[in-house]
Amino acid sequence: MRLAIREALLAFRRAPMLSALSITTIAFSLFAFGLFGLVALNIRNALRTVEDRVEIRAFIADGTGTEATAAALGDIGAFPEAASVRLVTQTQALDRARRELGEFSDVFEEGILPASIEVRLKPGFRDPATVRAVAKRIEVYDFIDDIRFGEEWVEKLHRLRNIATLAGVALGLTFAIVAIIIIGSTIRMAVMARSREISIMRLVGATNGFIRAPFLIEGFLKGTLGGMLALVLAWVALAVINRFVVQASFFEPWMEAGGVLAGASIGLVGSALSVGRHLRRV
Amino acid sequence: MIRFSHVHKLFARTGAALQDVSFQVNKGEFVFITGPSGAGKSTILKLCFFDERPSQGEVKVYGTSSATYREADVPKLRRRLGVVFQDFRLLEDRNVEANVAFALEVTGTPSTQIGPRVMRLLSQVGLSAKATALPRELSGGEQQRVAVARALANDPVALIADEPTGNLDERATRGIFQLFRDINASGTAVLMATHDLDLVRRSGCRTIEVNRGQVVFDSAADGGFRTSGASPEVETDE
Repeated sequence: MRLAIREALLAFRRAPMLSALSITTIAFSLFAFGLFGLVALNIRNALRTVEDRVEIRAFIADGTGTEATAAALGDIGAFPEAASVRLVTQTQALDRARRELGEFSDVFEEGILPASIEVRLKPGFRDPATVRAVAKRIEVYDFIDDIRFGEEWVEKLHRLRNIATLAGVALGLTFAIVAIIIIGSTIRMAVMARSREISIMRLVGATNGFIRAPFLIEGFLKGTLGGMLALVLAWVALAVINRFVVQASFFEPWMEAGGVLAGASIGLVGSALSVGRHLRRV
Repeated sequence: MIRFSHVHKLFARTGAALQDVSFQVNKGEFVFITGPSGAGKSTILKLCFFDERPSQGEVKVYGTSSATYREADVPKLRRRLGVVFQDFRLLEDRNVEANVAFALEVTGTPSTQIGPRVMRLLSQVGLSAKATALPRELSGGEQQRVAVARALANDPVALIADEPTGNLDERATRGIFQLFRDINASGTAVLMATHDLDLVRRSGCRTIEVNRGQVVFDSAADGGFRTSGASPEVETDE
């Protein structure tokens, strides 16, 4: 094992240009994938913020008793889809309207706006069908005058979310495949450059496992370094975007670790495949 | 020790390389394989160290049979053989010492034993003073000596040499051949392919001649196998 590590490290020293090229290729492939990931992440965050505003508003008929309203609040709060349930009294509704529509504040008179129950839904239950189903279940209370949830808006938001998810998966897969192909070719080139060494190793009785080990370590190291470099590049890109374009958020720490791990894995698997193919061929 | 029994070798692109080749090389023997280019000499040697497998027939080398071997047997077999080529096949970015040590490292020799063993091998081939030189700083004959030292690293039972003097001048050729004779004298069998008929004639060693993939002459066929002790010495001035 010590010899394998030594050989892997020596490979960097013997072919510094090729090693630097491999690491840079891995880094830029992952960087392109990472940039796309950043865009997807920020779109998802933006959509989530908008989605958080999906709510059902059930207007309560005048003269409804507080006991009936409290019982309904309890029932609705127990719905598995409900994230929060809140009673907005007539006074609170009036205050809000005056606050939000300041210039028309004197138009609103006492008692003009009805009390309502506002229901927010948990993530995963904000699609049009679920929102409609929950609204129907609330509508059965006979003191509910009217119910609104911005049906058209929820539909549009849902469609937008589906398109974003689909485009995200398709583009993400494409970027990942391109990255794997480029990285695989780079590693293959490194293996080919050392084909003479491999043939001599075989000649003097090295086992395939012995021949593979330094290449796997080398691939793992290149992949890890490439992943780290990609992360730095993505961070610099984000800093530039934050400064000159728009405020955007960076990856979570587990995503950063995942990116470096992805680089290491691609390096390792790419090396294993290239050396394996080479050993089968020679 | 090396036995070819009715061996045929067929290549998809070039057709038959060997046809019904049978011979045996005994322990400690020195055997030349001669014949024109394309006759099948290199194919015979490649079959010996299992770089190729026969299309038909059986090659048996030191107990490993081409009919029954597993892939895992090949490295073990190669550790018992030393192989030398016309183009030396040295690692250009490592010095002489590292090139020889490489063969020992690959076979898992403890690191404390590698240094002294390498020096002993370099001394055996007459290159102690050039341990730190790179291959490109050596003459052809010296590079071939490094290749021989590497081939001897694991105490092989047989040395297989494919045109080892093909790139060398006459003086270097004599030097390498004498080195082979010394190695053979210490009990290692030598199987050497060569074009150099003059060298073959002067040596008096057993000769197997191949032509168009067939053995057309084997000097041991009638008179039994010659041993290394029976071969006359070859004059060398290197």
